[in-house]
Amino acid sequence: MTSLATKPGISLSRIAIYTVLILAVLLYLVPLVVMLLTSFKTPEDISTGNLLSWPTVVSGIGWVKAWATVNGYFWNSIKITVPAVLISTAIGALNGYVLSMWRFRGSQLFFGLLLFGCFLPFQTVLLPASFTLGKMGLASTTTGLVFVHVVYGLAFTTLFFRNYYVSIPDALVKAARLDGAGFFTIFRMIILPMSTPIIMVCLIWQFTQIWNDFLFGVVFSSGDSQPITVALNNLVNTSTGAKEYNVDMAAAMIAGLPTLLVYVVAGKYFVRGLTAGAVKG
Amino acid sequence: MSSVAVFSKASPFDALQRWLPKLVLAPSMFIVLVGFYGYILWTFLLSFTNSTFLPTYKWVGLAQYARLFDNDRWWVASKNLAVFGGMFIGITLVIGVLLAVFLDQRIRREGFIRTIYLYPMALSMIVTGTAWKWLLNPGMGLDKLLRDWGWEGFRLDWLIDPDRVVYCLVIAAVWQASGFIMAMFLAGLRGVDQSIIRAAQIDGASMPSIYWKVVLPSLRPVFFSAVMILAHIAIKSFDLVAAMTAGGPGYSSDLPAMFMYSFTFSRGQMGMGSASAILMLGAILAIIVPYLYSELRTKRHD
Repeated sequence: MTSLATKPGISLSRIAIYTVLILAVLLYLVPLVVMLLTSFKTPEDISTGNLLSWPTVVSGIGWVKAWATVNGYFWNSIKITVPAVLISTAIGALNGYVLSMWRFRGSQLFFGLLLFGCFLPFQTVLLPASFTLGKMGLASTTTGLVFVHVVYGLAFTTLFFRNYYVSIPDALVKAARLDGAGFFTIFRMIILPMSTPIIMVCLIWQFTQIWNDFLFGVVFSSGDSQPITVALNNLVNTSTGAKEYNVDMAAAMIAGLPTLLVYVVAGKYFVRGLTAGAVKG
Repeated sequence: MSSVAVFSKASPFDALQRWLPKLVLAPSMFIVLVGFYGYILWTFLLSFTNSTFLPTYKWVGLAQYARLFDNDRWWVASKNLAVFGGMFIGITLVIGVLLAVFLDQRIRREGFIRTIYLYPMALSMIVTGTAWKWLLNPGMGLDKLLRDWGWEGFRLDWLIDPDRVVYCLVIAAVWQASGFIMAMFLAGLRGVDQSIIRAAQIDGASMPSIYWKVVLPSLRPVFFSAVMILAHIAIKSFDLVAAMTAGGPGYSSDLPAMFMYSFTFSRGQMGMGSASAILMLGAILAIIVPYLYSELRTKRHD
């Protein structure tokens, strides 16, 4: 690690720097702290206290009610996310392998066409995609959502693997080919064992993207097949009855916990995925 | 790279080996051609029809685009995108750069601080929107908190103020994305050649002016990428609006993505909805084509 600071000593400017950084830490944490505090309050506590007041009674009722409302949708999200992540990652790995080591006439053009998919505003494909899902009998099913997420996740997963494999020396693969090893043998014996970091990056990126998706969820599902993000939005934005903010916040926490957990456990890969996704090409 | 040279004797196995890469890529090629480009074309076609609740293929020329431009709500959404996008990009960049520069000063616990700045990026925009909707709740959120803390005259009711509701979207979006921009710039700063800075220091330049005149200008490519990514996020913003304001009060906080959704899927205006989607695509293209062009050009020079 390198740094531009001269000598770390106690000076006025260093105190100022630390003050700003710590203040920013607190500001970034406020929404999370407020969500947690509110989720453990009783409705009376919420109306008498304020955002950062400690609950007079720590109550789990918000969490119980929220879980009762959203648990079915939580499982939907798992049913959608797990297969979609695995399939799109597997296809991405194979695509990346071909696009970096088995190039053929037109494969570069294909890669360029695919790259655009990383920027594609999904609004331009929503209608035809919903017609297609309808024709396939997959409208309003979790299977339909898996399908959509795989298709529109391919651009990123392929990009991840292709850019990773491009840096592997050609000689390795050429030697294996001269020894008579075939396409899949080389992939399994040479490429896959050295792919662990990029597989992690891809899995975590896809998990975060698909779990957090709202647009596809709200367009391609209804009622029982909705993912958690859609259910949360429905819960928070219904205007019937008294607002139960503790339930809202507990539900938001439930929707956010899986990705937060992944971030805490595997943050390194998450950041790498973000920057890989950012610096395209 | 050529795979042909190796296979001089064309046994069936070798022939299969030559075709395997193409076979493996074929399904994805099909998906990309149909699911990306075919569907865009399909939407493009729909924007020239008078489709309402169901697709009909009666050609009406540019009528849907004309209706769109006559639609007050579309103008509100477009104006909001300009305000939201401009403020979101500007503020996020300033905060991101500032935090990155400060974090680059041999800070203790840097890893921990970075983790805190970046965690909002792991959350769904729906969760972010839900949290900020509560924080900005007039009467119960920050509004009340700051009054309880002694700032008697404090008022924060932007969420129900048609003229200011867009700023609420900006606040939530900045909170979510600024840590990411910080991470991008921090990575850039770590790659800056230290000898240039030392030379400037020997010349007696102060740290702030070294950063302003030497370090930050050398990070121009990072600025470029960051602006592109943030603009892209802004144009696609849909979840945040849905969770925080649902476009309201009235349609004062609509963004094009929200407009497209409600006209296409709730109001049965498929033709006009498609036209708005095509205009969104145009906006994205206007940003990424110059970006990709410059990226590819610099790549070739390397």
